[in-house]
Amino acid sequence: MTTSTVTAQAPAKPSGRAAAPDPARLRRRRTLAQWGFVVPAVVFMVLFFGYPLVRNVVMSFQHYTPKTFFTGEAPFNGLGNWSNVFQDALFGKALWHTLVFTAGSLLGQFCLGLALAVFFSRRFPLNGVLRSLVLLPWLVPMVVSGVVWRRILDQDTGVLNAFLGTLGLGGDTPWLTSPGMALLSVILVNIWIGVPFNMVILYGGLQEIPRELYEAAALDGASAWRTFRSLTLPMLRPVITVVLVLGFMSTVKILDLILALTDGGPADATQTLGTLTYQNSFVRLDFGAGAVVGNVLILVSAVFAVLYLRASRTEGK
Amino acid sequence: MSKRFNHCRATAPLAAVCVLVAGLTGCGRQRDGDVYTVLNSSTDETYHRWDAQAMDRCGERLGVTVEQLSVPAAQVMTKALRMASSKSLPDIVQFDASEMPTFAEAGGLTDLETLGLSTRDIPRGIVDFGSYEGTYYGAARSVNTLALFYDRDVLDEAGVAVPTTWDELREAARKLTRGKRYGLALSAGGAEDGVFQFTPFMWSNGGDETRLDGPRVVEALDYWKALLADGSLSRSTVNWTQADVNDQFMAGNAAMMINGPWQVETLNTKKSLRWGIARIPAPRAGADSVAPLGGTVLTVPDTGDPERQRTAGRIVACLAGEKEQLSYALKSWMVPADAEAAAVWRERVPGLRALADQVATARSRTAKLGAGWPNVSLALQSAFQAALTGESSGAALKRAQQRATSGN
Repeated sequence: MTTSTVTAQAPAKPSGRAAAPDPARLRRRRTLAQWGFVVPAVVFMVLFFGYPLVRNVVMSFQHYTPKTFFTGEAPFNGLGNWSNVFQDALFGKALWHTLVFTAGSLLGQFCLGLALAVFFSRRFPLNGVLRSLVLLPWLVPMVVSGVVWRRILDQDTGVLNAFLGTLGLGGDTPWLTSPGMALLSVILVNIWIGVPFNMVILYGGLQEIPRELYEAAALDGASAWRTFRSLTLPMLRPVITVVLVLGFMSTVKILDLILALTDGGPADATQTLGTLTYQNSFVRLDFGAGAVVGNVLILVSAVFAVLYLRASRTEGK
Repeated sequence: MSKRFNHCRATAPLAAVCVLVAGLTGCGRQRDGDVYTVLNSSTDETYHRWDAQAMDRCGERLGVTVEQLSVPAAQVMTKALRMASSKSLPDIVQFDASEMPTFAEAGGLTDLETLGLSTRDIPRGIVDFGSYEGTYYGAARSVNTLALFYDRDVLDEAGVAVPTTWDELREAARKLTRGKRYGLALSAGGAEDGVFQFTPFMWSNGGDETRLDGPRVVEALDYWKALLADGSLSRSTVNWTQADVNDQFMAGNAAMMINGPWQVETLNTKKSLRWGIARIPAPRAGADSVAPLGGTVLTVPDTGDPERQRTAGRIVACLAGEKEQLSYALKSWMVPADAEAAAVWRERVPGLRALADQVATARSRTAKLGAGWPNVSLALQSAFQAALTGESSGAALKRAQQRATSGN
């Protein structure tokens, strides 16, 4: 204890104590240890995140075709890929579909998830059983959900239309077969898939809110709606941010669900940036164009990641 | 104790590094002397087994071991490309014939004729099927095509004859549509399935993939629209794959369907279903019914080892030889590529004779466009989906043609 204070206060006395450990050496060892902890993480990040990211950006400026895999040569073509992709009418469509899909899915998932979370935070019999049942859509692999929903939504033989028919509600809805309807259907299926995730996280957040606050609100005579608006929502804000940002990240890059449900059709009505990347890179084998769309997707996600970090930093203060 | 601890601490990262290095060098490993690898898409258990048996027989004859590496059909191309960039290409790759030109154009394949394979006994159409720009890169073991499948009982009951022209098909489909059952089922799905099904209508009518907005193509698409407007086709057609079409037919939801011989195995599992098969109706009486050729071809990638490539060529020659072709074709219901094997097949499978006839005049999708096919295919699928969901055929195909030529 004393030695350390002495050395710290009087670093200018180097030769005085030969027996005590050399402070410079100690410091060096400490920095070395610090770097030892940091380096593996940095190497990992650079290797598995940095390299592919940079590679993808570079690739978007290259004429990268099947030939490249043999020759290793991918001549730079400046903004060629970018202007090709931006001039393609499909890109604008896909961008719009992605925005509508993401906004619609998040809105639906969040509202239903929150409603269910509030519902389940009350005590009633069979609460636990019902809550685990709601989790089911989350447990089913995305592709399986897609295939099953494709059957359910079939215009002629689908269960949903048959059900609507018996209720006398028409039952002839072209869920996946009309270009005007398909995007909405895909959003509805994605909401079904995403509700459990939203519910679980929001439910956890609700459990964290101290009971006393509700008691105080009740004593003050606050109505149920007032309690929800002025107490539950503000206390839940950090959790809401997390749910929405994570939801955004997983929704904006959607691919598997759409491939299983509509394959981007009918007539490109459900093409998103994810399916367009897939189509460019793996069907047309134009990897440069695929990289361009991929980069746009990364850029969109990055903007939201920055917003999220900002939000969480101000909350931390 | 502490010594042992230190020892562990030193070896753990070392072991990790060793694993990493081994993993990385494993990518570019040396090929094993007598073991030859075939990359194919036989992920289905039965096909995998049939292929394994054929490869064992050929391997034994040539004194080598032949192994197969099976990946889903949609991944063969990307897998092969990745293997090319890591210099670990397999000795033989079985491509879908419509993908082969892309790999050939990239310079990845060897001319089979230089490896000693002959094209003498193979019908011209099937040699073209495995060729790109005049070079024979791919040997087909068997080929498939599309035909009209029909439910014999339903047609007999309604007193409808098997249609041979477009007018007859339209009339028959209208008559056979009753209640939940549609007269005809076909796939207009947003993938290669739908395009494959549109080609017989486009080609038989004299249309061409090099000019998608030509009047003959527009007419063919208008014919599809008419079938839909008649109510003879389900409106779900735009969302169906060929497997879905088969399911609908087997469930009795369609009296006729356009499909291929790969469904026969499944069709035969339903004993109560008596089905027949005919050529796809032609636009007019006496006109040719031109269907697309489908199937895979065996290719020898350029691995830079001439000795191995020669042996690989011999394996391909054996697998695509008359005997193996016939044995494979009889199991899989596909039509043998070899003329003599096809003749034997016709005798042995009389029920599918219509398929053999259809193959004789069938056309390869990539014969004209080669590696340009995927662009045209994507533009075309978007166009017929737009037309079937309301747009005019002319406008949709005009846009498709623009998209196909702009390369976007």
